[in-house]
Amino acid sequence: MSDMLALDFMRNALLAALVVGLAAPLVGIFLVQRRLSLVGDGLGHVALAGVAIGVVTDSSPVWTALVAAVLAGVVIELIRARGRTSGDVALALMFYGGLAAGVVIINKVEGAQTANLTGYLFGSITTTTRSDVAVFTALSAVIVLVTVVLRQRLFAVAGDEEFARASGLPVLALNIVLAVLTAVTVVVAMRVIGLLLISALMIIPNAAAQQLSASFRAATWWAVGLGVVSSVGGVMTSYYADTASGGTIVLLAIALFALAVLGGSLRKAVATARHRHAERHLHEHGPGCGHEAVAHGDHVDYLHDGHRHAAHEGHYDEHADHPSADADPGSGGVAGARTGRHTLGDREEVTR
Amino acid sequence: MSTGVSAPPPVVDLRRASFGHLGRPVVTDVDLAIAPGQVVAVLGPNGSGKTTLVTGLLGLSDHLGGTVEVLGTPLARLRDRTRIGYVPQRHTLSGGVRATVAEIVATGLLATRPWWRPAGRRGREAVRRALETVGLADRARFDVDTLSGGQQRRVLIARALVADPEVLVMDEPTAGVDEASQKVLAGVLRGLATSGTTMLVVTHELGALRGTVDRVLAVDAGHLSFDGTPQEYAAHQAERARAAGREDA
Ligand SMILES: Nc1ncnc2c1ncn2[C@@H]1O[C@H](COP(=O)(O)OP(=O)(O)O)[C@@H](O)[C@H]1O
Ligand SMILES: [Mg+2]
Ligand SMILES: [Zn+2]
Ligand SMILES: [Zn+2]
Ligand SMILES: [Zn+2]
Ligand SMILES: [Zn+2]
Repeated sequence: MSDMLALDFMRNALLAALVVGLAAPLVGIFLVQRRLSLVGDGLGHVALAGVAIGVVTDSSPVWTALVAAVLAGVVIELIRARGRTSGDVALALMFYGGLAAGVVIINKVEGAQTANLTGYLFGSITTTTRSDVAVFTALSAVIVLVTVVLRQRLFAVAGDEEFARASGLPVLALNIVLAVLTAVTVVVAMRVIGLLLISALMIIPNAAAQQLSASFRAATWWAVGLGVVSSVGGVMTSYYADTASGGTIVLLAIALFALAVLGGSLRKAVATARHRHAERHLHEHGPGCGHEAVAHGDHVDYLHDGHRHAAHEGHYDEHADHPSADADPGSGGVAGARTGRHTLGDREEVTR
Repeated sequence: MSTGVSAPPPVVDLRRASFGHLGRPVVTDVDLAIAPGQVVAVLGPNGSGKTTLVTGLLGLSDHLGGTVEVLGTPLARLRDRTRIGYVPQRHTLSGGVRATVAEIVATGLLATRPWWRPAGRRGREAVRRALETVGLADRARFDVDTLSGGQQRRVLIARALVADPEVLVMDEPTAGVDEASQKVLAGVLRGLATSGTTMLVVTHELGALRGTVDRVLAVDAGHLSFDGTPQEYAAHQAERARAAGREDA
């Protein structure tokens, strides 16, 4: 560990990985929500054309890539807002045109040696310079700040655009903000994981987080945690195992996804074993449903034919039939667990 | 409608109004004034333009002619859109991610505060009250995907109610919902009507809303073909059935 940190380029690489791991899932959750998971991939293609322009004009590829990706992101939103069916084809032209132009131009300028091109396509973290890292950190800080402040609005627009528009939210402006955030994320991640793999770090930690949480809020923080572990862990692994950093990060993210699926179903099995369902229950309990409501910890049970029923997901749970077991917290232990005593807090964590 | 001198100004006032999509009119020449507290059902076959008409009041379909005033203001100049609550026809709630009932309902408040201000205690209180109104207070922290279809509709109604709108526009809130949920849903609408909420409800199930609705509009091929009380509507239907019977004979 200390040998790795003694190396200047590794310190840069780890810092770059940290900010990317933080920013990419934070933006990506809204792409998953809008079912536009692959837009990040498309913007990555277009960013390569920007890199090529930087190479040709001898200016910084980071900034030209940023301009190209942001422009492409805004154009995508404008095409979507027009609602034309030909929009799909327009996107394909833009994405593949960008990638093709990038490859052709870079190869033309740099001759047959394609190390530089490969670096942009698949990441080349060890060549990340100190000034690159400073730029990435600043851009990531902006991404995090904007997403955190606007997250409820972005959530509302991504979830139900029609309702958001009816309630008076600036839908197009928020969609453009998200497109720009995506474009900036692509460029920040370009050196670390590469333009062809960027989308993975925006999407996979979020897919994993969906297995572990029942609320948007919890899913967001899970995704950020998993993203940071993947990117920083991936860079460390690639140092010791001498593998390509971008690919290692993505493979690690996929491994975490598999663990999350496993963990999610284990937790669900445990939760199911810990409580009892009421059988066939067509009636819906609620205020004035005709059954007596009894306060039970942080929720209410309804007295139903001698049973205590509490709403849980798509069914009703049987809660303690012996009020005495509940009245005395000291008698909890095994009895409490057997009678299915749990709180809404527990239940929020239970996923299907 | 009463035309007494003291009649309050209408909540919705359409004069020869037309609405449509992409510049093509779908509903034309609509004259309609809805008084405060009125509960209006909008009936009509699929594709007749019911959705286009009611979403016209929200600025979602294009206003292509005539005048449209909502809450005493010409539609284009109505700044605070949260004064009109909207329950859309489609039913997906959160898109491709998990979200809790309370998270969905809270989105109804976003447009009532500036973008930089986080939700406060009053916002959380409003969410709780809206959920209580639709009888889902005990499910505030549930993943919305675990709710039944009828419960999800009630989440949408709570989202529309959370900003305390002066008029509620609902597009088929009872469609495709099992009978038990439909009963609960009808109870929710009855409660809202009793508390004086003005409502415009697109529906195919007038029966489920019996006693709640005090005016019926029928839309047919882009025109208002009927406007009257539920009793008059029943008579109108019977008359049409008789006429059809004579033709067949
Ligand atoms: N977003 C839209 N763009 C273009 N045409 C539409 C749109 N929505 C509805 N229409 C057309 O408007 C007509 C009326 O539809 P709609 O108002 O949804 O009817 P209803 O709600 O009564 O079933 C239909 O012919 C439909 O094809
Ligand atoms: Mg409709
Ligand atoms: Zn009951
Ligand atoms: Zn209980
Ligand atoms: Zn019960
Ligand atoms: Zn249960």
